Amino acid sequence: MAVTVILPRSLVSLIPGTSRSTEIEASSVAEAIDRLDELTPGLRNRLVDSGPTIRQHINVFVDGEMATLQTPVGPNATVHVIPAVSGG
Amino acid sequence: MTRTMLLVGTRKGAFILDGGRGRRNWSVSEPLCEGWPIHDLQWDPATGSVYAGGGSAWFGPAVFRSDDLGKTWTHSSEGMTYGDDGPKIPTVWNVTPAHGSIYAGVEPAGLFRSDDDGKTWTHLHGLRDHPSREKPGWQPGAGGLICHTIVPHPTDAEKMWVAISAVGTFATEDGGATWEARNRGVVDCNSPDPHPETGQCVHKLVMSAGNPDWLYQQNHCGVYRSSDGGRQWEDISKGLSSEFGFVMGTHPRDDASAWVIPLSHPEEGRVAPDGALAVWRTRDRGDSWERGSSGLPQEAAYVGVLREALSVDRGDPAGVYFGTSTGQLYGSTDEGASWSRIADNLPPIWGVQAVEVD
Repeated sequence: MAVTVILPRSLVSLIPGTSRSTEIEASSVAEAIDRLDELTPGLRNRLVDSGPTIRQHINVFVDGEMATLQTPVGPNATVHVIPAVSGG
Repeated sequence: MTRTMLLVGTRKGAFILDGGRGRRNWSVSEPLCEGWPIHDLQWDPATGSVYAGGGSAWFGPAVFRSDDLGKTWTHSSEGMTYGDDGPKIPTVWNVTPAHGSIYAGVEPAGLFRSDDDGKTWTHLHGLRDHPSREKPGWQPGAGGLICHTIVPHPTDAEKMWVAISAVGTFATEDGGATWEARNRGVVDCNSPDPHPETGQCVHKLVMSAGNPDWLYQQNHCGVYRSSDGGRQWEDISKGLSSEFGFVMGTHPRDDASAWVIPLSHPEEGRVAPDGALAVWRTRDRGDSWERGSSGLPQEAAYVGVLREALSVDRGDPAGVYFGTSTGQLYGSTDEGASWSRIADNLPPIWGVQAVEVD
């Protein structure tokens, strides 16, 4: 079942080819980001730091709950990627 | 005849100013690079591409590239990592094209190279493998532990110098595989041992035009010159209003001329001394200095000028340009004899690079 990933406007502006809302097949946050990176290369580097971890000032939510790269995403889940206020 | 352009990096994006053929009536672009904090911009005369290095608090480090003088940009940090177990890299401090490659200095201090015009990056680990990083250790300056200056040899691709705050100057003669600390004669005024092998806080390193053995540096603790590629340094601060400052630039043809902007001591604000802004020039490799302030504010100008924020064009007479940490951009088309304000109300300026475009 498809997962819906909602990206922030600033990231869509930064990476041509991305959309605010994309439906993909994925079973974890990490997999969702990898799938998006396959569609628009370079996206993963903007969201994922060494570790690997989600970048310090990026928050990812799965169905409204704060998530990590390892967080599972179920069928019909919504993944929100949101720049944190702490970033500036 | 060429157009002169200024590539300006700020805390809130890059800007390109076009001074046309006369270096007057400067136009200012809109904020570029998505408004990212940009430390440094450079132009590659071999390809006509503009490179911008910086980092976003949200999206990490990146080198931006434009092949159409800023109209459109791509960006990448692919490969710009110390590995999953290494420290995270928040930003790029310097980007320098040389000999068909692009080099990037980053925070925490290290050096990367791209051989595909900035698409992918490879860590030149030899610099961070220098034994001084483990013992006595590399300590950050106020701006962080940053590789902020890259000086390639003009003809020999194997030779390069880099400057790290607060660690010092290093040189390679084998394309970056191994590095030698070159700080002899430079005082570390923040250490009980004033002459360590490393630990000197170099703020800017520049090369004399046409004479790669002659290097100059503005250091936290003085202004210095070297006639042997940095193996031995000599203090040339005498005559300046302050030995402290960040920027330094050299003349495009006269290998004895250079400019600095002295600032008040680090514990006293790091601003124009007595609120009077001035650019000082030497014509004799630092034996003497002359103060130039015509056209610059001489009252209540408590402004700072940061390390990448001065550049010299290749015009005749040479143009000199600098930006302040409060967003003013000044220029001189007579080698510093007189100055005018080119732009005001820009974001805090971090980097200025003058380029000539056909």
